[in-house]
Amino acid sequence: MTKEKQKREVVTPGEIIVKGEDILPGDWTRKEGKDILATRLGIVDKTDRLVKVIPISGVYIPRRGNIVIAEVIDLTMRGWIADIKAPYDAFLTLKECPMYVNESEMGDVYGVGDLIVCKISKVGRNSIDLTTKGRGFGKIKEGIITKVNPNRVPRIIGKEGSMVKMIKIATDCEITIGQNGLIWIKGKDKDGEIFAKKAIEHVIENTTSEGLTEKMEEWLKKNKKSEKSKTKEEEK
Amino acid sequence: MAFTKRSDGRKMDELRPIEAKLGIIPNADGSALFAQGDTIAIAAVYGPKTLNPRHQQDPEKGVLRVHYNMLPFSVSDRIRPGPSRRSQEISKVTEWALDPVIILEDLPGTVVDVHISIIQANAGTRCAGINAAAMALAHAGIPMSEMVSAIAIGKIDDKIVTDIVKEEEDYHEGEGATDIPITYLSNSKKISLLQLDGKIPMSKLKEALEAGKKACEKIYEVQKKTLKEAE
Repeated sequence: MTKEKQKREVVTPGEIIVKGEDILPGDWTRKEGKDILATRLGIVDKTDRLVKVIPISGVYIPRRGNIVIAEVIDLTMRGWIADIKAPYDAFLTLKECPMYVNESEMGDVYGVGDLIVCKISKVGRNSIDLTTKGRGFGKIKEGIITKVNPNRVPRIIGKEGSMVKMIKIATDCEITIGQNGLIWIKGKDKDGEIFAKKAIEHVIENTTSEGLTEKMEEWLKKNKKSEKSKTKEEEK
Repeated sequence: MAFTKRSDGRKMDELRPIEAKLGIIPNADGSALFAQGDTIAIAAVYGPKTLNPRHQQDPEKGVLRVHYNMLPFSVSDRIRPGPSRRSQEISKVTEWALDPVIILEDLPGTVVDVHISIIQANAGTRCAGINAAAMALAHAGIPMSEMVSAIAIGKIDDKIVTDIVKEEEDYHEGEGATDIPITYLSNSKKISLLQLDGKIPMSKLKEALEAGKKACEKIYEVQKKTLKEAE
């Protein structure tokens, strides 16, 4: 329990996390003399000699390899400009599209306003590059999109994807979670999709509670029954 | 009659009761409420986001924009809505007070918008605004070297008074009233804003600064506590 509490230590900007010379400052920290200070509001994460702060709020920070859901906002000669809800707009070049695209047909492949599942291939100083090469990437044609706080995304995914897997099985939906907080739900019918959305919202509301996976399992069972009984009543 | 007792019965160095809340505006990236007695300020932070038009961008570092606004119903005489000379000045001054703590070098080509609204005013609105803005910036995850706290110190007649109210600001007997808003960085022990409206001798100003530092450290503790309870 004490270990668990240490893990959840919240620090504010300017607060001293650790004192000592042999510790390296990681993400969102800064060194001042011998002390390591936080530069962002977040939870302290200590691993061996590295200390970093995991943010608990704020806008999405893109990382290489993240899977995100982007909205196309513009077409240029060399590719598409997309909004991924990060400080900078992302760029998807023609080459990173899985098929050959003629410049005049760009709008037919990914038009303005289209949502696409893609991966971040490179993060520069103030540029973000995307790719749609690979399985599961490309334009979203059906299903629903729900927006959540990007800092809550790891909780929805759970340990090694346990949480999202459970919701997927219980609701019989395909769920694609973008690290930027956009979630794409595709199910067989509307009711299933809405149920999955409700389940995700329930996770978001209870992110701080302990043993969430078990609680979620119960919640899914309980609500699934009521949902089924509802449809049965309607049939009658 | 000399000024010996405060209108609300507080001690000379006593603060008004403080209330602070985080995340009060769901649509903003970061938001906070800060109330000192009857003065209530709310701050919303949007960004970092790409700055448009492009010619206003700075490729070296980010841009901080502050908008201070007193709402029409915040005082007993309704004030005309929209920007005024006073609000523009306070916006600029708040920007300068917050600028030293924000690590804008980490956010090239972007803008951070801070909107401060005073929903109820009873003196010290710019200080409450800065306190709320600092908390909202931390909540929005803007990289900051430390927090800022602000307090209005007054010299009423010949007494140094912490956290003045409107009644004390309008005191005309004896030496009159002097209003000194101070913004203090509790960690590096620096002052990022110091204004003075009135008259004060050098020795008294030093006394006022000490009172301000003490009060700001108390406010910093409240800000820290509120931020830690965010999750």
